[in-house]
Amino acid sequence: MTKSVFLGTLAASALVAGFASAGTLDDVKARGELICGSNTGLTGFGAPDANGEWQGFDVALCRAVAAAVLGDATKVKFVPTTGETRFTALASGEVDLLVRNSTWTFSRDNDLKLDFVAVNYYDGQGFMVKKDLGVTSAKELDGATVCIQTGTTTELNLADFFKFNNITYTPVTVADDAEAQRQYLAGACDAFTTDASGLAASRATMPDPANHIILPEIISKEPLGPVVRHGDNNWGDIVRWTYYALLIAEEKGITQANVDEIAASSTDPEVRRLLGVEGETGAMMGVDNAWAHNAIKAVGNYGEIFAANIGESTPIGLARGLNELWSKGGLQYAPPVR
Amino acid sequence: MANTEASFVRTEMVAPQEPPLSERGVVKWVRENLFSGPLNTILTVLALVSLFYLVKLSLPWWLHGVWKANSLGECRQIIADAYGPDATGACWAMIRERWHQFIFGFYPPEMYWRPILSFGLLFVALAPALFFGDRRNNLVILAGVALFLLLSLWALDNDLLHIALIMMMMAGFVALVLIAPRKLLWFTLIYPALAQFLLWGGSVWGPVLTMLGLAVLAVVYVVLQPRFGVVMASAMGFVAACVWWLALQSSVSTALYTLMPIGLEALDSDQFGGFLLAFVIGVSSISAALPIGILLALGRRSDMLLIKTLSVTIIEFVRGVPLITMLFTASLLLQYFLPPRTNFDLILRVVILVTVFSAAYIAEVIRGGLAALPRGQFEAADALGLDYWQAQRLITMPQALKISIPGIVTTFIGLFKDTTLVTFVGLAEPLRGITSIVRADIDWKGIYWEPYIFVGAIFFLCCFSISRYSMYLEHKLKTDHR
Amino acid sequence: MAYVADAPKASFRPSMLIYDTRYRSITIQVIVLLLAVLFVGWLADNTIQNLAAKDKDINFSFLWNRAGYDLDQQLIPYTNDSTHGRAAMVGLLNTLAVAFLGCIFSTILGVFIGVLRLSKNWLVSRLMTVYIEMFRNVPLLLWIIMVFVIFSEIAPAPKDFKVTDEMIAAGELPKASMMFMDSVAVTNRGTNIPMPLVEHPLGYVNLGFATANLTVVALFALIGASIYANRRVARHARAVQEATGDRPTIWWKSLLILFAPSIFFLWALGFHLEYPELKGFNFKGGLNVAHSFTALLLALVLYYGAVIAETVRSGIIAISNGQSEAAFALGLRPGRTMRLVILPQALRVIIPPLISQFLSLTKDTSLGIGVSYLDLRGTLGGITLNQTGRELECMLLMMLIYLLISLLISFVMNIYNHSVKLKER
Repeated sequence: MTKSVFLGTLAASALVAGFASAGTLDDVKARGELICGSNTGLTGFGAPDANGEWQGFDVALCRAVAAAVLGDATKVKFVPTTGETRFTALASGEVDLLVRNSTWTFSRDNDLKLDFVAVNYYDGQGFMVKKDLGVTSAKELDGATVCIQTGTTTELNLADFFKFNNITYTPVTVADDAEAQRQYLAGACDAFTTDASGLAASRATMPDPANHIILPEIISKEPLGPVVRHGDNNWGDIVRWTYYALLIAEEKGITQANVDEIAASSTDPEVRRLLGVEGETGAMMGVDNAWAHNAIKAVGNYGEIFAANIGESTPIGLARGLNELWSKGGLQYAPPVR
Repeated sequence: MANTEASFVRTEMVAPQEPPLSERGVVKWVRENLFSGPLNTILTVLALVSLFYLVKLSLPWWLHGVWKANSLGECRQIIADAYGPDATGACWAMIRERWHQFIFGFYPPEMYWRPILSFGLLFVALAPALFFGDRRNNLVILAGVALFLLLSLWALDNDLLHIALIMMMMAGFVALVLIAPRKLLWFTLIYPALAQFLLWGGSVWGPVLTMLGLAVLAVVYVVLQPRFGVVMASAMGFVAACVWWLALQSSVSTALYTLMPIGLEALDSDQFGGFLLAFVIGVSSISAALPIGILLALGRRSDMLLIKTLSVTIIEFVRGVPLITMLFTASLLLQYFLPPRTNFDLILRVVILVTVFSAAYIAEVIRGGLAALPRGQFEAADALGLDYWQAQRLITMPQALKISIPGIVTTFIGLFKDTTLVTFVGLAEPLRGITSIVRADIDWKGIYWEPYIFVGAIFFLCCFSISRYSMYLEHKLKTDHR
Repeated sequence: MAYVADAPKASFRPSMLIYDTRYRSITIQVIVLLLAVLFVGWLADNTIQNLAAKDKDINFSFLWNRAGYDLDQQLIPYTNDSTHGRAAMVGLLNTLAVAFLGCIFSTILGVFIGVLRLSKNWLVSRLMTVYIEMFRNVPLLLWIIMVFVIFSEIAPAPKDFKVTDEMIAAGELPKASMMFMDSVAVTNRGTNIPMPLVEHPLGYVNLGFATANLTVVALFALIGASIYANRRVARHARAVQEATGDRPTIWWKSLLILFAPSIFFLWALGFHLEYPELKGFNFKGGLNVAHSFTALLLALVLYYGAVIAETVRSGIIAISNGQSEAAFALGLRPGRTMRLVILPQALRVIIPPLISQFLSLTKDTSLGIGVSYLDLRGTLGGITLNQTGRELECMLLMMLIYLLISLLISFVMNIYNHSVKLKER
C-alpha cells in the first residue's frame, strides 16, 4: 500500500539529492545545508534540547562551519551517530563532517582513511571512584570492577594500562555515557573510566559530587577533533581554518558581540585579513570572504563556546587546562592567517 | 361454591428457601473459584501474598508522583519535603515537559496537526480492509476518528478554521460511507501518497505524480494484459512506471510546481522521532511488505524450479538472521552495495530493509494460508479453465488472505515492537533514543523508571488493542461451522 | 486415417515462448535468472567500485590480529592478547549459552504458565492472563533494559556483605547475606555462584583452532555411554515383556547405569565446588555471572515464557473434550489422562510454533546490545568491527554465523517434529 511512498521518496531524495559531485564543498553548497555527524546525546558536547535544537561544544563547531561555508549557522542538519556507525557514516558520505568526541589515533588516520583536521579538545582518559572506597591512585585498583564505554579507544587504553601495571580488573561494558554513569552510581562498578572531560561532566551532574574523586592518573592522550574524509583536502582546510579562526578570534579578543565593530574599525592587519576586510582569504578556499566573520558572529570565539557549553560557569564546570590558548599556557595554537 | 376451597391445598407456592450460606453469593463463588481444593488454596494464597508485596513495594512510588517540577532534583526535593527524606516517588514532570518528543520526536510543534491528521486518516484508509464494507462499523470508526481529530487538534491550539475544514472532510467520508461504502477503497489507494505528503510536506505534485506513475502501470497493464499475459504485462507496466518515476517525474513535478506552487513546508526525516517514527516505519514497512510477501509465497509454491529456489533462499536467509543485523546492514553496508556516492536517508534505508525482513515473515504466513486451503479449491479453479493468475485472484488468494489476516496482524505487532531496535543505528525511537536524549539534558540526568513506564504503557495500549482486534477478526472470519 | 492422438507436430515458433504455457514457464525462468544474475552482478560491481574508492579490500586476516580489549564473560580462555577471531568465538559461545538456557527455561516457564492459565482458580488464571498480555505486548528490549536496571539498582553492593569484628561484637547482621546456604551472592555488579572444579583435571588437548577440555569431553562421553547402555537395558526389558508378558524390574539397574559411572568418575577426579568469598572490592572465587547475561536471559525467559504459554494453552484447548472424556471412560486417572492422552496429541500442535519461537529467541539474543552483553554481535559485530573498521567482513561473517545457527536449530527441531508427527497414509 505504501509502496508509492517508498518509491516517491526514493525518487525524490535518493536520486535527486543522492548523486554527489567530486568535492564536499560543492555538495554542501549545492545542497544548501551542512550535514554534521554528532553524538546521540552527550551532555555539554552535543545533545538536542527540549525544542529539538542541538546544543553543545561540538555542535557549535558544526554551526561555525555552516556559517563559514553557507553564511547561515542554522543551515546544518545533525545526524546522530553511534560509536559503531560514526566512521562509516563519514566514509560513505552520509555526513560531511564528524564532530563527535573522536580521538585522533594512528590507525584511524591511516587504516580507516580519515583525516583529523584539528584538535578542538585535548583530553586524556581518567578514572573516577567513590571517596569511601579509599583509593587514591589508579594503580591501587587491583581486582576492581571498571565501567567502560564500548566502541571507543578507552577500552584499549584500559587493557594496556592494567596489563602494563600488572594488575587485574573486571570490565563492565556499557553502551553510552548516561548508562555508564547510572551503573557507576548504582555501584555496579568500583571505578568509571572515560575521558577526563566526561568524568568531570558526569561528576558535576551527580547529586553528591563531593563524594566522588577523579584519580590523578591520566592514562592516555585523547586529542578529540573534527574528522573529514581522506583525500578531500579543500574541505579539510575549510574545517581546519574555521576552527583556527575561532581560536585566533579569542586570541585577538574578537567576540560574538563585537565582531561587527572590530571588522569595521580594526587596524590589525591579521584581524583585517581574518575578517575578510582585506585580502582574499575566503576566495582561496572557495568560500565567501566573510567566512570567519560569519562563523564568529554565529557562535562566538573558542573561549566563548567553551564557557557557554562546558566551562566553569556551566553545571559541567570544566577548567580550560590544556585547552587554554598557547599564550596562557595551554596547547591551543593557531597558525597565522597570512 | 366457596367450600370447594380445600384447606389442605395451598394456593400459593411456598417461597423458596435461601440456599445454605456456603452455596450462594460471594461465599459460593469464592469457594468454587479460589478454594476448591488444597492445590487451589495454596495457589490462591501464593498469588495473594505476591500481589500484596508488589503493591506494598510500588504503591508509595506511584502515589508520591510529582507532576510539576523543572528538574529531577526539584522533583526529589518536593517528594522529600512532602513525605520525608526516605520517601520515593515518580517524577512525571519529565513526561509533562518532554511528552511531545516521545510522541513526535523533533517535528515542529506548530505542525503537529500533520502527523495527527495522517494518523486519523490511516484508520479511514484501513476501514474498508478492517471491516469489509460493513456500514455500521465503518461509521463507528469514522466517528471515532472525527472525535480523535477534534479533541487532539483542539488540545493543540489549532485554529477553528482548520478544524472546521477537517471536520467537513470527515463529514464527506461519512456521506461516502452512507452512499457507497465500497468506494472508500479508493481512499485507501491514495492514502500512502497523501500520508507522505502530509508528513514530509514539500510540493503536492511529487506524491500526485507518483500516484500517476501507478496509473501508468495500471493503463499499460490493462492494455497489454490480453495480449501478453499477466506476468509480462505487469512487468512492462512496471518498466513504464519506472521510466515515468525516474526519468520524467522530477522535471514534470518541478514544472508544475513553478506553475502552481501548492505545497506544505518540507520537513527532513531527521525531524521524525518517537512514536511517530515507530508508526512510520511499522506501517509503511508492513504495507509495502504485503505485496512482496504474497509474491514470495506464490514463488515458494511455484512449479518453476528456479523461482521456487530463489524464493526459498530469500525467505530462509531473511528469517535466519536477526533484525538487528538487517538494521546494521542498512546503516553500515547498504552504501557498499549501491552505486558509488549514492546516499539516501537513513529512515528510508531502514524502511527498505525492514520491508524485506517483514516480507519474508508475511510470505510464510500467507504460505500457511495457502496450505490450509483444501486441494479441491485449486482443482475446481483448474476445472473451470481459469489460468494461474485468474485462479489466484478469484479463488485462492481471497480465501488464503482471509485465513492469514490474524497472522499478518501478529506479524505487524511483532514488527511494531521491533521498531524500537532502530535506536541502535542512531534513530530517535521512543524507548531508548528519545530517553537517552532526555537523559542527556542536565535537568533530567539520572531518570530511568518514568520514561520506560510511559513508553511501555503506550506500546502496551497499541499492541494490546491491535491483538484484541485480531482476535475479533479471527472470530468473525471463522465461517466454517464447527 | 488420423487419430486424435496424432497431434499435429507443431514446429517451434518463437512466439510460443510467450503464448504456449509449456514454454512460457521456461521463458519466465530464464528472464528471472537473467535479472537475478544482473542484480547480483550489479551489487558486486558496486561493492568493488566502492571498496576501490575507499582504498579498502576484502580481507579476513584481521581475525588473526591481536584484539587488545577485554571481555567480561568468557566461556573459553581469553585475554586481551588473544586474536579477534578468538574474541568472536567467545562472543559466539556467549550467544549460544543465552540461547540454549533461554530455550530450556522459557519452555519450562511457558508450560507452567500455560497450564496455570487454564486453571479453574479464578485469581490465578487472571493473574496469568495479565502476565501473558503484559509481556507479549511490550517490546522485548524494554524488558531487557528494565530487568537490568532492577538488578543493578536494587541488589546490594558487595560491601554490604561484609561482616566486621565490631558488627559481631554489637550483634549486628550485615545488610545483605548470601543465599542458598552461603553459596550464591547476588550483588549489584553480578551474581556469584559456586564453580564446579576438579582436583585432578585430565588436561587440555590443542585442536589447532580451539583447545578442548578433556575433563568435560570425557564426562560427556561417559554420560552418552550411560544413556546408550540404559537404552539397551530398557529394550531388553521390553523384549522380555513381549515374549513372556512379565516386565522385569529394571529401575534400579537404570539408576545404577545412568548415574554411578559419572559419580564415580567425578569422585575419582576430586570434584568439589568453589564458593564465592568476599575479598577486597569484590567476591572472589566461584563463577561471576555478569548482570548483562542474567538480565538478558531473564527477560528472554519471561517474554518467551509468555509467548510459549499461549502456544501451550492453544495446543491443549485444541484437543477436543471427547479425548479426555474417552480416557476417563477407560478408567484412566487425570494424571495419566494428561500424560498418555492429552499431552502427546497437544505436542503435535505445539511443536511447530515452538520451533519458530526457539528460532526467534535465538535471534533475539542479539538484543543483548541494549545491555552491552558481549555476544557475537557485541564482539565481532561491535568492538572488533569498530576497532578494525572492517564492517563489510564483520557483518557478512556475523550474518553467516547467525544463519547457520538458525538452520541448525530448525534442522534438529524438524527431525524431532517428524518423529512425533501423526503418521498418516
